[in-house]
This record gives sequence, structure tokens and C-alpha cells, in this order.
Amino acid sequence: MTAVLELDHVSKRFGGLQAVRDLSFTVREGEILGLIGPNGAGKSTLFNLINGVYAPNSGRIAFYGIDITGAKPHVIARHGLARTHQIVQPLINMTVLENCAVGGCFGRENLPLSLAHQAAREAIAVAGLEDRMETLALHLTIAAKKRLELARALAAQPKLLLLDEVLAGLNPTEVEHMIGVIRRIRDRGVTILIIEHLMQAIMSLSDRIVVLNFGEKLAEGLPAEVAAHPQVVEAYLGDPKLAAELEGNA
Amino acid sequence: MLGILASIIDGVLVGLVYGLAAMGLTLIWGVMDVINLTHGAMIVAGMFGLYLLASALGLSPYFALPPVLVGGFFVGVALYWVAIHRMVGRPPLMSLLSTFAVNLVLIGLGTAVWGTALFNVEVSLPGLSLGRYTFPGAHILAAGLAAVIAATLYFFLHKTRTGKALRAVANNREAAELVGIPTTRLLAIAVGCGVALAGGAGALIGTLFPFTVLSGDGYQLKSFIVTVLGGFGNPVGALMGGVALGLLEGAVTPFVPVSWTLVIEFALFVLVLVAFPGGIFASRRGAL
Amino acid sequence: MVRRPFFWIIALVVAVFALVPAIGNDVELRESLALAAVYITLASNLNLMLGYAGYINFGSIVFFGLGGYICIWLVDANGWSLALSLLGAGIGVSALSLVFGFGILRLRGPFFALSTIGIVEGVQAFAENFGPWGGSSGIYISPQVFLPLGGAARALWLIYFMLVAAMAASLYLSYAIKVSKFGLGLIAIGQNEDAAAILGVPTSRYKALAYSASAFLPAITGGLYFFKGAFIQPSDAFDLTLSTEAIVICMLGGQGTVTGVALGAYLYEELRGYLLTTATFSNFQLVIAGALLLIIVLFFPSGLMGWIYSRFPRMKRVLE
Repeated sequence: MTAVLELDHVSKRFGGLQAVRDLSFTVREGEILGLIGPNGAGKSTLFNLINGVYAPNSGRIAFYGIDITGAKPHVIARHGLARTHQIVQPLINMTVLENCAVGGCFGRENLPLSLAHQAAREAIAVAGLEDRMETLALHLTIAAKKRLELARALAAQPKLLLLDEVLAGLNPTEVEHMIGVIRRIRDRGVTILIIEHLMQAIMSLSDRIVVLNFGEKLAEGLPAEVAAHPQVVEAYLGDPKLAAELEGNA
Repeated sequence: MLGILASIIDGVLVGLVYGLAAMGLTLIWGVMDVINLTHGAMIVAGMFGLYLLASALGLSPYFALPPVLVGGFFVGVALYWVAIHRMVGRPPLMSLLSTFAVNLVLIGLGTAVWGTALFNVEVSLPGLSLGRYTFPGAHILAAGLAAVIAATLYFFLHKTRTGKALRAVANNREAAELVGIPTTRLLAIAVGCGVALAGGAGALIGTLFPFTVLSGDGYQLKSFIVTVLGGFGNPVGALMGGVALGLLEGAVTPFVPVSWTLVIEFALFVLVLVAFPGGIFASRRGAL
Repeated sequence: MVRRPFFWIIALVVAVFALVPAIGNDVELRESLALAAVYITLASNLNLMLGYAGYINFGSIVFFGLGGYICIWLVDANGWSLALSLLGAGIGVSALSLVFGFGILRLRGPFFALSTIGIVEGVQAFAENFGPWGGSSGIYISPQVFLPLGGAARALWLIYFMLVAAMAASLYLSYAIKVSKFGLGLIAIGQNEDAAAILGVPTSRYKALAYSASAFLPAITGGLYFFKGAFIQPSDAFDLTLSTEAIVICMLGGQGTVTGVALGAYLYEELRGYLLTTATFSNFQLVIAGALLLIIVLFFPSGLMGWIYSRFPRMKRVLE
């Protein structure tokens, strides 16, 4: 079991707000690790710490054993870590193909332009955007933009993919499709760390789950274990007795 | 030693006027994330407004200040509608270019009419003498008026409904719209105030130093330096930054030829920005 | 690149510039085209920062002026040949830009733009106080320097062809960059610098390289321009008018495109020439430029090429 990502007592504060507090966990190679927690729990901040947008105040982050704590984003991308954003960030006046080519050129393999286009095409196929390859990102629907975000990260041929609420704003059919895409990505050997609010989706997708609340790790384990964990239930519903009651009445 | 202290005190007085100018720049910046590259031209407009009113009406130059402020406000609103309205929300590059373009037109017209001739406004006021050193009355009055105008702005922003609405827009434009604040009107008001401040500062500078149509560039650069020192979108910081710059100038000018002062200030500007990309007192955006 | 039609379109334009005045020995046309070539060179190189990476360099004149000074100083005070002096100017200015670039390119958009103006003021102040460069009086070159080139008349033709060569190099350089991985990275930076960094684009390094690259040919062109006039002084060398006009040209033609810049330069030069014969005040040059820029930014931000691409989408493949 290789540790793809190791977080060791990572903390981050912004002024008076402790966004992430003494967080430690490991992401194992080939798994899909789900990250859940109420809004404001620090999940997106954690992603920003992992991919170098912020530097932690204390603690250590290692990628395949290499220390990437506080490293610059483009260096981390070169190591083989790619990420999608909760609020999508397409390169607006470039086509879908060009967007993905950027991912391919500057990702792990550091490909030359022609090979990057090839990698881009493959990624676009996995995400199901082939028919819109030459469309400007500006003209895509929100669902298509989410797929583009994913395809672009994939084109970089990462070893670890960070997915930030990639299902948000999608209708049930689109969610189904995306879940299929994520599974296909994992089957190709990419390790995935996913933040998601859609409980059913993330519970069924993830091999293991980490729960965050107020920046701290609340629970870690198999989905079923975590779902039954009283503190987790309380964090989401406020009162375990109430939750039991509701379950009883349902 | 005392000579340097006198120079520094004098610098602080002038610095308050620089601070006023910078407030105009930082107000627009803070409210709508637009950098007004006509700022220098507006300062010059204030100078010429002062000159024309004083020579045409034969009044004491200080009576020209209110009309300059009011006129500046309306010019600012016009500027908003011409060059800024369509740029709000677009990449900052675009508003830089649009205001830059207006600046070219204004300075070009200015030099066509007045050339590069030097203008001066005669102000004779008794100075304040302490020992061997006299602080020019004009400097003291200009600093005082700058402080009064700044205080008025502060009162406006914090104690009036419009001012509070403006701060709301600065903080979060979408949210402000959602609660029914007419944001476009307020953006226009903000630019109006910003230009009024620039023009007013220009008029005050006109009572202190001679000027040409091209003087705006130098004062615009000083405004940027002050903004970097005091924090973007932070009017109080701008005033303090102005004082800091004035202090620095006062300390440096006894030793350095005048033509190098601006170069030194500019070098400081770049160095500070490279070290503190958000300015020294990096305030959160919209914290007016 | 050689297989694509655009390569040959550029070659055609260059051939026209080189051959037409030469065949008719038309000195007036040559001078007019020389000015156009200078504008095209300055605007194409400016485009690397403005059109690709999205950074406005208000002070690009500093490359031109500094290149002029270094070249003239090498020829006049040190007796170097013109070719070596030009090379020295190009390399010197590029190297200096690389150093400065790493510093000021950490500044985002507007601050970078403002600091480029400050750099011009700083360099101009330096030139005005630097003895070996003649201070504010500048440097006059002795006519002797034209002798190794075959006399004044022949030298002017030679200089013209070198200006055209610099223009050709600028056009090919911006084209080559646009279709390369480096160009893709720059354009990604121009679209969304933070997203580009997260995708792995080494933003600081790329911006500094683009800035330095955008200095080389303007420096050489500056050397040629001032050598031709046999005189250089700080107020001419660092006149912000030229770099301002380069910005207008980029926006007029369509920032980020190679054709647009060339078209814009040609159109602007025609407009300017026409207006200068009708309006007597030279200050109106900037008023017109400003009004033009405002209209473009407000209503036609993609410039001429943007309009052409929207009417004839097929042209996107052909005219870069």
C-alpha cells in the first residue's frame, strides 16, 4: 500500500479564523477517498493547502514521500497532482481542446504541444466532450464547463486528482454520468480525493471517508462506519436523538 | 538638525494634501476595483480650475475651492458614464486602457490650449515663524483644508445613508444590489467623489507650487505610492500614507536634487510592492 | 510552421517591403515604409506581453531608447561596427530586461503597468545625468561612421533593409511563439493567471522570458533608428508617445493576433500621416490616439481581427 498523499498535523489560520486544525490522514494509492463535512468545515481550504495555493502554518504534506509543504502550485502540478475547482475556472477565450492542451503541456509529463493535444483528446473522450472540442469555453453550459474542468485536470495525466464538488449544480442524469466518469478515471490508475455534498453519491463512490468539522478530523473509515458515527450525525443533524427519532418515523 | 526637522514638518503639511489626492484614487479603486488613470489629469484640471477662477473672478484662490470640488464631482460622474460604466466587471486591463485613453485626450487637449507653459497662482499669507524657520501660511492652510475635506469624506462615508450604501457596494456589489441598493448610481457617485477629491487636491497644490499641463503625471505617481503605503480602498490609510510620503520627502529633499526625488519615490514604490504585493497596510478589499 | 499558409503571407509582406521601394529607387516610399516597419516591430513585440500574457507594458519605449543609446555609444565612443553594436544593444537590453522583469513581473496587472512607466522615467533620468552619454544634450555621431557602410546614401538603404529584417523577425517571432507550447502557456496566463499556475504553467519564468524577448528586436530597431538620424537625446529616446501608439496599434488591429498588429500599424500610420497634414498641432496626435483607443476599448475590444473573425470564421485558421 503506497501512500500517495500524507497530511501530518497540518494547520492553517486566517487572522482569527482557524480554518484547518492539526489535520492528519493518508490517501492510499488507487483508492477514492471522500472528504465530507458541513459547509465551512475547511474542505476547500484543505485542497488549497495541498496544491500550494496557501502554505500551511504548521505541519507537513508529502506526495509520494516528497515534501510538498508550501511548494508553488506549478511545481506541485509537475509532480503529478491535478485539481478541479468548486467554482469552475475555464480559460474562457480558448477552446475545449486548447484548455485541455494546457493541462497536458504543463502537467506531470510536461508534454510537447503535439503529444499534449493527443492527451487532451483522450481526456476529452473520457469526460464525454468530444462533440464540443472546438467550442470556446465561453459558450459552454455549466455542466459542460464542469466536464471541461475535469477533462483539463485529466489531460495532465496526474497520479492524484483532487475533485472539489464536481457534482454540484448537475441534474440527476448528469450526476449519474459524472459518477461513471469518476469510476473510469480510477480504473485507469488515478487516485482520487473527492469533496462532495451529495451524500448518496460520495458514499457509494468512496472506498473510505474522512469527515471534517471546524477544520478538524471528526471521523475516518469506511462509509458505513462513518455514517453511523454519532458525532458525524450530530454535526450534520445537530442531535443524534433527533436523528434516531427521524429515522424511526421515516 | 533643526533644519531637517523643519523640512520634515513642512513635508507633513504638504503630505496631507498628497493624502487627499490619494483618497480620490483609492476611493474609486476600493468601490469598483478600477484604477483611474485620468487621476493625474484631474489633479491638473483642479489646478487650472483654480487658476482660471482666481484670475477671472479676482477672488482669493481659496474661494475657488468649493466650485472646483463641485465641478470635479460632475466631471467624475461624466467620466464614469463615458469610460468606466461598461468596464465594470470586465478584466481590469480594460478599465486601465479606457481611463488611459481619456487621459491621453485630456492632456493632449490641454497641451494644445496651454502648451507646456508654467502657471502660478499668487497666494500671500502670513507664515508661522518658529525660531529661524518659517512655515509658509499657504502650506498650513492647505494642510488644514485637506484635513477638513478628508473629515467631510469620512463623515459622508460613515454617517450618511448614501455613504453607507457606498461602503456596501464596495464590500459586495452583488449583495448590495440584492438588497435594493441602486449600484450603478452609487458607482457614479463614487467616481464623482474620487475626481472631486483629485481636483480639490490639485487646487490646493496649485496654491503651493507652480504647475504645467504635464504636472499631473508626477502627482499621479505620488498618489499611487501613497496608496501602496496606505492600503488600497482605504481612505484613512491614504491620508496616513500621504503624511508618510510627505515626511519622507521632507527628510530627503535637503540632500538630493529635485529631479531625483521622483525617481527615488518610484524606486520605493516598486520595492514596497515587490515586498508587500498588497501594500503595507493590506486591508481587505472593500473595507472602506 | 513552414507548411502553413500564414508563414508565406508574412514572407509576401516582407518581400513587398523590401523590394518595392528598392526597384523604383523611391526614397520617399522607403522612408514611409521604414516608419511603418518600426511601428510593426514595436507593436508586434509589445503584443507578446499585452496580447498573449495580458500585461500592459506602458513603457516599452525604454527598450527602443536604451537600445538606441547602447548602439550609438558602441559605434561612436568605442568604434564598433554597426552590426556588432546592434547585437550588443539587443543582448544588453534583453539581459537588463530579464533582471528587471523578474522583479516587476511579480506585480499584478495594474501595478506592473504603472511600474513600466516608472522604469522609463528612471532610465531617462539616468541618461540625462550620465556624462559618457552626453547627458541631456545627447550624442551626435560623426559622419565618419557611414564610410564603412559605403557612404551616407548607401548606408540609408542598408539600414532600411535591416529595419525590414527586424520587422520580419518580429512577425515570425510572434507567430512562432503563438503556435508553441510557450505561447500556449502565455495565453493561459492572460486568461487566468491563477488557474494557469495550478495547471502547471511556470508563470514567473514565462512572464520574465516574454518580457525579455519583447525587448530584443525593439532594442535593435532603436539602434537602427537613432543611428540613421545620427543623433540621440533623452527626450526623444524615451518619449512615451511611441509606446503609447504601439498600444493603440495592438488594440486597433486586434491584440493577440499577428496579422492584426501589422494591419493596425499600417492603418494607424496612414491615419496619422493624413491628420498631421490637416491639423497643425502635434499634440493632436495623442488626442486622436486616445479617442481611437477609447472607442476600441469600449466598442471593439477585439479590434479589427475580432471583427474579421466574426464575419469570416474560416480566416481564424489562415490569419493568425
